[in-house]
Amino acid sequence: MIDLLYFAWVRERIGLPRERVETGAATVAELVEELRAREERYALAFADLSSLRVALDQELAEFDAPLAGVREVAFFPPMTGG
Amino acid sequence: MRVLVQAAPFDFGAEAQAFADGAAGAGAIVTFTGLVRDLSGALTAMEIEHYPGMTERAIAAIAEEARQRWHLIDALAIHRHGRLRPAEPIMMVATAAVHRAEAFAAAEFLMDYLKSRAPFWKKEVTAQGADWVAARDADEAALGRW
Repeated sequence: MIDLLYFAWVRERIGLPRERVETGAATVAELVEELRAREERYALAFADLSSLRVALDQELAEFDAPLAGVREVAFFPPMTGG
Repeated sequence: MRVLVQAAPFDFGAEAQAFADGAAGAGAIVTFTGLVRDLSGALTAMEIEHYPGMTERAIAAIAEEARQRWHLIDALAIHRHGRLRPAEPIMMVATAAVHRAEAFAAAEFLMDYLKSRAPFWKKEVTAQGADWVAARDADEAALGRW
């Protein structure tokens, strides 16, 4: 089981802030493919990966990063702090 | 080093004074305070979302890098989240060093990295609705100078 967290417009498009899923995905990209196939709202949220960022266990990562041992995956748009 | 992520307002004058009082040996204190901008005149609020846990970790890592690179005596970062009104302070950074060049450079570095590497997202609320603020290419490009 892995915890998925969504922030900003990713959260709004998917309609929930977090969920726990069972996945056999080996990488973030494979996980995204599984999510896209679930429902239209996921397909919309993950339509353009260039407008998304991902963090694995609270550290920024790339979409080709492996998921082995990861407990928390967060998806969000580019950050706009400051 | 102090990192505060909070919904409550802060008094940047009092924070700057307390920071300076604690920075023994400093010859230079630089502070920066960011306010909620309302360029259109139509803004009713700015809503700031963040990723609890990662936010504190990311800012602490950025501040620690600044401390090491510019030999800072101390550093402070405060960033608010939640619903803010126009002109309210959103965030501040303060740096203390022996000389001003290090204090200025470290403060700019902290600002550049806070904008693009700390997990905050701003949403502008007007009478017409609410829109997420898009990240600017210039903000990402600013990281290249460090």
